[in-house]
Formats: sequence, C-alpha cells, structure tokens
Amino acid sequence: MNGKVAKEDLDSRIFDTLNIILLVICTVIIVVPLWNVIISSFSSGKALAEGGFIFWSPEFSLENYRAVFNDSSIWQAFFISVSKTTIGVVTHVFFCAMVGYGLSKKYIRGRKLYVAMGVITMFFSGGMIPTYLLIKSLGLLNSFWVYIIPALFSFYDVVILMNFFRNVPDSLEESAKIDGAGDWHIFLKIFIPLSMPAMATIALFNGVGQWNDFMTTKLYITDQSLYPLQMMLYEIIVQSQTQSMQNIGGSAVIETTTKGVQLATIVITTLPIVLIYPVLQRYFISGMMLGAVKE
Amino acid sequence: MKEFVIDYRRQWEIQSMIIPGIIFMIIFCYIPIYGLTIAFKNYTVIDTLSSAPWVGLENFRIIMSDKYFWDAVVNTLGISFLKLGIGFVIPIILAIMIYELNSGRFKKFVQTISYLPHFLSWIVLGGMLITWFSTTGLFNQLLLSLGVISQPQNILLDAGKYWWIAVLSDIWKEAGWGTILYLAIMSKIDPTYYEAAKIDGASRLRQIWNITLPNMKSIISLNLILTVSGLLGSNLDQTLVLMNSQNRDKAEVINSYVYRMGMSQGDFSYATAVGLGVSIVSVILLVTANKITSKLNDNQSVL
Repeated sequence: MNGKVAKEDLDSRIFDTLNIILLVICTVIIVVPLWNVIISSFSSGKALAEGGFIFWSPEFSLENYRAVFNDSSIWQAFFISVSKTTIGVVTHVFFCAMVGYGLSKKYIRGRKLYVAMGVITMFFSGGMIPTYLLIKSLGLLNSFWVYIIPALFSFYDVVILMNFFRNVPDSLEESAKIDGAGDWHIFLKIFIPLSMPAMATIALFNGVGQWNDFMTTKLYITDQSLYPLQMMLYEIIVQSQTQSMQNIGGSAVIETTTKGVQLATIVITTLPIVLIYPVLQRYFISGMMLGAVKE
Repeated sequence: MKEFVIDYRRQWEIQSMIIPGIIFMIIFCYIPIYGLTIAFKNYTVIDTLSSAPWVGLENFRIIMSDKYFWDAVVNTLGISFLKLGIGFVIPIILAIMIYELNSGRFKKFVQTISYLPHFLSWIVLGGMLITWFSTTGLFNQLLLSLGVISQPQNILLDAGKYWWIAVLSDIWKEAGWGTILYLAIMSKIDPTYYEAAKIDGASRLRQIWNITLPNMKSIISLNLILTVSGLLGSNLDQTLVLMNSQNRDKAEVINSYVYRMGMSQGDFSYATAVGLGVSIVSVILLVTANKITSKLNDNQSVL
C-alpha cells in the first residue's frame, strides 16, 4: 500500500516538473521576442544594421524616438487615435446600455421582433463592398465620424448588458416608480451606477478594438490628417518593405533608418495598451464569464 | 391595432431607448444585406443600387473560371485548416497545463504573459514579425547561433513558408487568450471527482482524460462550431500586413482578394459576388458543424 502511494507521488512529481518546464518554455517564447523588439527600438542605426544581438543591444541610442517625435504627423495620429478611442468607447457603451436596458424589460411591445432582428445581425452581414457603398452614400468617407457612428452598436454587447440588467432586483425599479421616477431617470440614476463592472468590461474591450483598428481607415479614409497610429505604422511598414525589396544589396542606411522608425512607432503604438493592461486584466476575466458562461 | 398604439404610448419612454438601436440596425446591417443584390447586377461607379442592370448569375460564372480566385480559395483553406488543426488544440492543452499548476504565483504570471499578445494589433505584430525575420533579426540570429542555418535568410520572402508563418504567428498571438474560457469552465469542476480518482489510484494524465476533458466537452464543441463557421472569413488584417510581392501567390486569401477586386480595382459587383459566395459556404459550414457536434454530444444541439 505504502509503495503504491509513493509511486503515485513520484509520477505526480514528474508530471508537475514537466508541466512547469513546458510552461516556462511557453513564457520564454512570448517574452523574448517582445523584449527583442523593445531593445531593438532603443538601438542605434549602426547596431540595427549589423544585428547579431538578442537580449541586449551593443549600442543604445534614442535616435529612433527622436526621429519619430520630430515628425509632426505622429502627434496628429496620436491625437486621432486617442480621440477616436475615447469618443468611440463612451458613445458605444452608452448606446448599447440604453438599448440593452430597454430590451431587458420583458413586458415591452415588439420585444420578440427586436431581438430577432438583432440575432440575425450576429450571423449575417452585407460584407465589405455593400457596407462601403453605404458609408459612401452617407457621406462618411474621409470624415472623423466614420470611426464613431458605424461602431456605435453591437448586438453582442447589447446581449451581455441585457443579461446584466436583468439580474438587478426588480424591487429597486418598483420603489423608484412609486416615487414617480420615469424609465430614463431609473436607467441613468439607478441602473448605470449599478452596472459599472459590466460596462467597464465592454468599454475596455471596445477600447482595445478601437485603438487597434486599422481596417476602417484603410477602407474609408484617404485624408492623411485623419490617420490614427495604426494606419501610420502600416504605411511605414509597407514603405520599408518595398524599399528593402528594391534595395536588396543597395543602400543599407536607408533601410535601417526606416527600420528604427518602424520599431519606435511599434513601441509607441502599443504603449497605451500595455499601460492599461493591468487594469484591463482585472476586468476581462469576469467580463468573459459574464458573456460566455450563463448558468 | 388601437391596443397596440395605446401600449406604445404608455411605453414611450422605454421604447425611446430601443428604437434608436433598431434604426441603427436597419441602416448599418439591413441596408448592406439588401446591398448584396449588386452581386447579381453589373454595378458601375455611375450607377445607383437600383439603376444598375441585372445580369443574373453572370458574376458567379466568371468566378468559376477565375484562376486568382481559386488560388485564394486554396490559400484560405490551407491556412484555415492548419490553424484549426493546430490552433484549436493548443489552447486546450495550455489551459489544462495552467490548471494543473500548484503554485498560485507562477500560475498568475503565466496567464498574464500568455494573454498579452492578444492585445497587439496585427499591424503591430506584422511590424514585429518583419523585424524578427529580417536577415539581421532575432530569428536568423537564433538559428545561426544554434547552427541550424549557415546563411541568414528572410523567410517572409519565401512563398513556400508563408502558410506556416501565418499559422504559427496566429497561434502565438491567440493561444493564451483562448485558454480563458476553458479555465473558467475548469474552475467549476467539482473537486471531489479528483479526490475520488486519487483514492482509486488514477494517474494525473488519467484524471485529465477521464474528468477534465469530459467536463469541457460542450464548451469545446461550441468553440469548434464558431471557429469552423468563421474559417473562410478571417485573416484579412494579417494578410494585408504580411503579404509582399514575393509571397503573394501563397498569401492571398479570399478576403484580401475581395478587398483587391472591390476597393483597388473598383469591380464592386464581382467582389460582392465573391463575398456572398463565401458567406453562403460559411453558413453551410456552421450548420454542418452543429450537426456533427450535436451527434457527438448525445444529440444535444450546442447552438
């Protein structure tokens, strides 16, 4: 009997050790490339041209960042990114919460039809070209509002909020009604403050989506003054790709300068996400549960 | 009818919250769905949706004999099935490995690190990949120092390797994120199952096989259905940033083809027809996957 337990213990310990080793390898595979990008972005053009380093750059320099920040278009792009993200998130969350609150009331007229219409949009869409033609006919091409208006609504988010509102006890609403409060008043003064966790989750997901989105710009914007960071980075990447392809064996100096600029722009573009990541992480796990596990 | 009006009047406040959402859906979802009719028309820039002449299935007939379209189909299927085959299993294994960890701190650390790549945009990751794979970059440096290769080589310019770059970079980005849902489900498994199994002398792998996996069956099926139905429609951001003149033949997917035909060449009707064809196949895939997994789940439909 004792021998058997000891053997199991040994098996279990081997399992644990292997498990930890494999997971350490996994984290190394994620961390090392990211670290390499950061370290490269702080490298001089000469170090980048020679390459040959993984963990530590032979020659540190801020020249890449200086080059990026001296370019006024990066400030413009940063401003566009920040404003489209903040305005987009606030309006999106408010709009979805408003509709979700309305639909969370079982007694309303037409509820079945409304929900059916919403569910259909989750599975069918017109696709790229019909949507483009719509945006064009609405006059939203080359307008800042193309970042905000088409992104106002998502039925997924409405469903999540609807489920959340339904869990708020009815008695709160009833007593407010007795005091003479209307639906809008109850929604704004009672339900919104109570639903902060759910709304924060949606806000954070939506915010990351807005910050990372570049297809909207690629499809609907040609005016460079409306480019967000992602689109600027995309342009730099495409530019350096064609350059390095034309210059195979040619002038290495040009290639490394754009490479340095590219790396610095990558870091700047990602920095805000990494900064809010700790806040984000606290919320998203409970948020995922909210949307996915309904029991 | 009268009752209907009275109800709406009494509920005007709550209806005023819903109606804007309905109007939004009609404009931004249903009008584009109606716009799909241009797939059956010959739409040119001077036309409006209604003035363009009907051409029936002409656009679909051209698609059938379009070599570039079929190249894109082959690439889409190849990349998607590799992503499905490898990328679907890895998060499950990873989640089980994380779940089996005893140390709370290390667990949290692994989770934090593995979620992080999900938050990078494809543009950012594309830029990173280009740096890593450049002749002086990380990838070549590692292979050189390990003695695997003797000459640095930029594999992004090697069309033959593109599928693997697309698949593996996607797994690198999303595998950790994919564990969240599985971990959430596993945290709900009754611990007494494991205690009972331990008393019976079941090894750790046996416990995983006989307790953990069966408990995740329905969520795995659901995930599989959603992944399969999206098989044909993904990869656009990734393709746009990683495609270059050297690897184009292996990199073009249906979505990027729709983008090129529609947005760059202005052939709206043709591009819409391609998109519509893809949506129809996707719905068929969704229904089929649902049927198959419901068979596996004792005839209970997951959707």
